[in-house]
Amino acid sequence: MTTLTLAKAINEGLRRSMEDNAKVLVMGEDVGKLGGVFRVTDGLQKDFGEDRVIDTPLAESGIIGTAIGLALRGYRPVCEIQFDGFVFPAADQIITQLAKMPLRSLGKIKLPVVVRIPFGGGIGAVEHHSESPEAYFTHTAGLRVVACSNPADAYTMIQDAVRGDDPVIFFEPKRRYWDKAEVDLGAPGLPLDRAKIVRPGADLTLLAYGPMVKTCLEAAAAAEEEGRDLEVVDLRSLNPLDLEVLTDSVRRTGRCVVAHEAPVFSGFGAELAARLTERCFYHLEAPVLRVGGFSTPYPPSRLEDYYLPDLDRVLDAVDRSFAY
Amino acid sequence: MTADASHGVDTPPELVQLLTPEGERVEHPDYDIELTEEEVRSLYRDLVLVRRIDLEAVALQRQGELGLWASLLGQEAAQIGSGRALTDADMVFPTYREHGVAWCRDVDPVKLLGLFRGVSNGGWDPAEHNFHLYTIVIGSQTLHAVGYAMGLQRDGAEAATMVYFGDGATSQGDVNEAFIWASVTNAPVVFFCQNNQWAISEPLERQSRIPLYKRASGFGFPGVRVDGNDVLACLAVTRQALRNAREGQGPTLIEAFTYRMGAHTTSDDPSRYRLADELEAWKLKDPIERVKAYLFKNRLADQEFFEKVDAEADALGKDVRGRCLTLPDPPPEAIFQNVYAGPHALIDEEREQFLTYLAGFER
Ligand SMILES: Cc1ncc(C[n+]2csc(CCOP(=O)(O)OP(=O)(O)O)c2C)c(N)n1
Ligand SMILES: [Mg+2]
Repeated sequence: MTTLTLAKAINEGLRRSMEDNAKVLVMGEDVGKLGGVFRVTDGLQKDFGEDRVIDTPLAESGIIGTAIGLALRGYRPVCEIQFDGFVFPAADQIITQLAKMPLRSLGKIKLPVVVRIPFGGGIGAVEHHSESPEAYFTHTAGLRVVACSNPADAYTMIQDAVRGDDPVIFFEPKRRYWDKAEVDLGAPGLPLDRAKIVRPGADLTLLAYGPMVKTCLEAAAAAEEEGRDLEVVDLRSLNPLDLEVLTDSVRRTGRCVVAHEAPVFSGFGAELAARLTERCFYHLEAPVLRVGGFSTPYPPSRLEDYYLPDLDRVLDAVDRSFAY
Repeated sequence: MTADASHGVDTPPELVQLLTPEGERVEHPDYDIELTEEEVRSLYRDLVLVRRIDLEAVALQRQGELGLWASLLGQEAAQIGSGRALTDADMVFPTYREHGVAWCRDVDPVKLLGLFRGVSNGGWDPAEHNFHLYTIVIGSQTLHAVGYAMGLQRDGAEAATMVYFGDGATSQGDVNEAFIWASVTNAPVVFFCQNNQWAISEPLERQSRIPLYKRASGFGFPGVRVDGNDVLACLAVTRQALRNAREGQGPTLIEAFTYRMGAHTTSDDPSRYRLADELEAWKLKDPIERVKAYLFKNRLADQEFFEKVDAEADALGKDVRGRCLTLPDPPPEAIFQNVYAGPHALIDEEREQFLTYLAGFER
């Protein structure tokens, strides 16, 4: 066991992936000498060289477009988008090409491209540095979309993402980059597309991913003091969705609250609520409730604590569920 | 893997300079400038004052009063020279680092600080100053500037648009599309690229094999490289380009050759990727020192003048600091304001629910 921050765990996972397969490349803005603005790629260029850890021109469409070309030549590019709000110049390449080229080729083409995106708020940043754009990508068939929440998962999930043959949008909870935990560098970890019950409970299921998993665990701990036994499930994968684990949990508890930072309106929670309602209708004691960002752009940082769903907002939703 | 930025160049890049780093006035065949003593002193004052605002902002960030600050240190002449070339009717589209141009457009510095403090994502009325909001997404504003220029053109306005961007931005698709649009529409726009040699940790070689000003010719309009640390040259070159634009001669790309003396932003640590030697070499080309030397040598200003400017800078720094510290946080309901032009059922509902929820804590 080694104690690692989440950022360092991804770094170790990338390192391992690059050692295992010489076709793995890391590319993005400032990923080389600087090691990325969050230091996730720290030291990789020093150890693997400028040929494999590439400081690209400042152009996101170019990063993804050339990654697709490299993948067509048998490479496995891991692209870094510096911040969530800067993925949009690359949206065209991701949505019209990366997601759909394999299908267009009748399966002849595989595009093992990983797009790493630090996402979410809570770091006091200026505009475009705190967003949660996951629903844009879960809405796009052909992409796998995952979000890690802790160092141990981050370490194995990034390796699985690199190893897989599908394009993966890999969300990293930036306000948790500095969270530390024990990581077993030899353990294989749960498969990439599996959800994990991170806290078993009997009374209500809290569903979360990325940065909100920790918030939900804290909410569950607080609820325990009030005599409520909450289960917390970390989705890990948003597409595909591990419906088996989710359905089983919600059928057992009969109540479900979904939490994410992204706006609730048309957010990923809507998909979860709809699906779980269909699958668990007769077991539900209350509608599946959602807690998340407002239907507004992410506010300036002095207001972000109001915007971000915190422990109290999650517990408020829990109260509302129990009030049915 | 790294390309030499001089590849593909037949002749060494020419740099328009009117004032040497030592403060000597030099001639240039294509660009000249007639300025009164008073005007040169006024430029000096601008340079000193914006540097002071910048230093104060960096200090405020260090003290936790701002979330972030993007320093203009080293780029004062590029910004003041170009900014003072504008007429009131001209429109400006800045990045996030154009505090000196904001100064020329009479935007209250505290409003700039507010954005970096996190009380607002904009903070001023662009139409009031003909100075658009800061744009953080690299390159986006270049297209807005061209569109605005197309509007000026249609309206027969006697004005031009000037858009600022960095060396790194020249790689963005949007910027290249802006060049194309400006070219085919002959839009009255000046592309003012501050080549400060770095895009965060990436040196210019990661973006270009040729000097940036040379890009313009491929798009079909003139490009010129100016000494970005020479306020007189920046003023002269920009004046000319704006005049050409207003007179229907279309766009110009100006590459202001300068240096980012500080970190990319206060979050950055340049010691990880660049050598201190480079910084030392550029210190000798300081944009303020050369004007001071010129004024002094030619007896265009005396000690009393310099002291007066310094005192003014002190007072300005103090004022900006004081007003920054008292900037109020917006109320929580501000989250729901201005998302749409008018009422919006869902937002109105969410606001009411949230305010009720918050009120629950006060009980
Ligand atoms: C589309 C986009 N991608 C990435 C970023 C992150 N970022 C902010 S500034 C910057 C470098 C900009 O360099 P340059 O254009 O040279 O301007 P400078 O900061 O040097 O003034 C980067 C990559 C961004 N703001 N927007
Ligand atoms: Mg730059």
